[in-house]
Order: sequence, then structure tokens, then C-alpha cells
Amino acid sequence: QLLGFWASPFVFRVKWALELKGIDYEYIEEDIFNKSSRLLELNPVHKKVPVFVHEHRVISESFVILEYIDETWRQNPLLPQDPYQRAMARFWAKFAEEKLLEPAWMAMWSKGEEKEKAKKQTIEALEKIEEQLKGTQYFGGDDDKIGYLDVAIGWISYWLPVWEEVGSLKILDPEKFPRITAWKIRFLDHPVIRDSLPPKDKMLQYFHKRSDEIYS
Amino acid sequence: IHKKIPVLIHNGKPICESLIIVEYIDEVWHNKSPLLPSDPYQRSQARFWADYVDKKAYSTGKRVWSGKGEDQEAAKKELTEFLKTMEGELGEKRFFGGDTIGFVDVALVPFTSWFHTFENFGQFSIEAECPKFIAWAKRCLEKESMAKSLPDPENIYGYALGLKKK
Repeated sequence: QLLGFWASPFVFRVKWALELKGIDYEYIEEDIFNKSSRLLELNPVHKKVPVFVHEHRVISESFVILEYIDETWRQNPLLPQDPYQRAMARFWAKFAEEKLLEPAWMAMWSKGEEKEKAKKQTIEALEKIEEQLKGTQYFGGDDDKIGYLDVAIGWISYWLPVWEEVGSLKILDPEKFPRITAWKIRFLDHPVIRDSLPPKDKMLQYFHKRSDEIYS
Repeated sequence: IHKKIPVLIHNGKPICESLIIVEYIDEVWHNKSPLLPSDPYQRSQARFWADYVDKKAYSTGKRVWSGKGEDQEAAKKELTEFLKTMEGELGEKRFFGGDTIGFVDVALVPFTSWFHTFENFGQFSIEAECPKFIAWAKRCLEKESMAKSLPDPENIYGYALGLKKK
């Protein structure tokens, strides 16, 4: 069972992992602005989605859930086998979370100096990620299949352009970031990803509203 | 990328970010004293709590020793709540890892070296509020490897005093 919210990039990580492995699951939509008592019971520490329930075992935090899924269902492994490559995948996922996602979100809704600073941070982080894609199709290891890091930063392909539009920003410039742009197109075209995404106009509407709410 | 420590270099390859390094160590030297359990669900729980410690402990602690007035009071309250949450997770176990020291213990124990500093700046006693937590910390320090490697709390207090003056 996966408790989620339709517009959450964190929930989508888990969705993609489950779909890539062909795992059957029940999806339960949560209204994060009116949280159910079940959600609060299942995730008392953070009170957030995604929450994954497997045979009465409850797991929260998207990266923690991804590792659990990878260990429990061994087909189509997400993480590489080699410990060093695993450490690298985890490192870049954490990096992207702290230095790319958080500033990108901030850049979307803030204004003035704060916005410029966040935008700059996002672009700098994106440059480091661009370097990681030297000549491979995906962020995966030697086998170059879609994997943990692609799923972890998959939000760049769809959420970032929405946030750019809402925040009137230009961050993912195809000329500056040719590799990420190519990866983005490939990622969005992957059968599992393509059919899972929420409609863009709904996303724009939602994030516009959130942006205004946070700012005021 | 981060220009920070710790950095572990093994076979000429560097690895950064302390918890990621700990997982790497656990995977490469897996036949000695495993830090993470073998069951995937228990591993997920260990990772969840270590992540919680990482997110909550140090930033809240910083506000306790460097903050003033209302912010410091709020931070003290949050810190106590955090420690109580960890006490709840510990339950009746000797360590977070069960009978032996595990991933979460390793993530959390360095934080205890700062308690003396928090207590001095915050004017409160952690042992009074969270005795179970302190009991756990004392058990960890019985382990020679931990006791020898952790910094002296007095040194940390001196270090914090120095930082506060700047």
C-alpha cells in the first residue's frame, strides 16, 4: 500500500520504483492539507507522505522506502551491486535533495534577493549533476539502465519545468545542460514514467496556488 | 562538492557524507560486527531513525547553545522532545541496535559529547528530563572504541565558547 499525494515528487519516486519492478500495490490518495488519522498514526514522526505499508510493516521517507523495496524485491535492481557505486548513488541522491530540490523549490515561490540566491544555488548544483552524466544514458552504473539515481532525481524532468514556469525562472537551459536535457527526454519517454505523470495544467494550477500561499 | 569532513578513502576512492560512509563500511566489511540488521524492514527502520537524527539533532542542538531568549527556549523544548522520541524508540533495548551497537547508535552517540555544552548554555539538565537516554549514552561509553574516540565534553564546551565570541 502506498499513501501519497498526486503532486508530490517524493511519492513518485516510490511509484516509479514499484512500477519498474512490476510490483502490485494499492495507492491511497491523501489530502495533505487535511491529513487522515491513519496517515498520522502511520507516520507520527514526520506526518508526511509517502508512507509505504507492506504486510503490516510501515516505512516512511522516500529514500528509505526505495532501499527497502530494492532489498525486498530483487528483480530489476535499482542500486548497483558494487559498494562503492552504491555509495556514489546515495551521495548524489542526497546532494540533489539538499542542494538542488530545496533551493529550486525556494526559487519558485520566493522573490527578490532570496529568489536570485536560490536560483544561483540550483544552477550550481545542476552543473555538478550534468558532469555526472558523462556519456551514459542514465545515471545508473555500468549497465546503464534506469536506476536509483534516475528515480531519485526524476522530478527534474517534470516538476522542475513546472516550478520554472510558476516562478518565472529559467534554470534548465538546454544549451547549458545538454546531457540533462537528453536524459530528461529519455526519462520522460520511458514507458513506466510516461504513463504515470499527472496532467501538466493541473500541476501548474496547484503549484501557482501553493507558491502564493507560501509567499503570503 | 561539500568541502567537508569526514571523507573516507578506500582503494584510492573517496566517499563522503558520514552515514553514507558508515553504510559503505558495513557493506565492504560485512563479516565483522554488522551495524545494520540483515532483515530489510529492520534495516529500513534503522535508516529512518538515523535520517531523523541527522535532520533533527544537530541543527536543534546548535540553536540551544548559540541561540538566545525565545529561540533558545524553543530549541531546548524541541531538543527534549527529540530525546524523548528517541527514548521511545529505544524502549527496553540496551542499544538502538538491540543487544549490540548498531547503525542508529553510531549515528547518535557523537551528539552526546555536546550535552555538557547544551546544559551549560541552556541552563538545564538533560539527565533530569531524559534519564533513559543518558543511561543509554553511558552504556555506549562503556565500549572502549567509543569512549576512546569521542571528544572530551569539556573540550567541546571550550570550542563552543570560542565560536560564540566571534
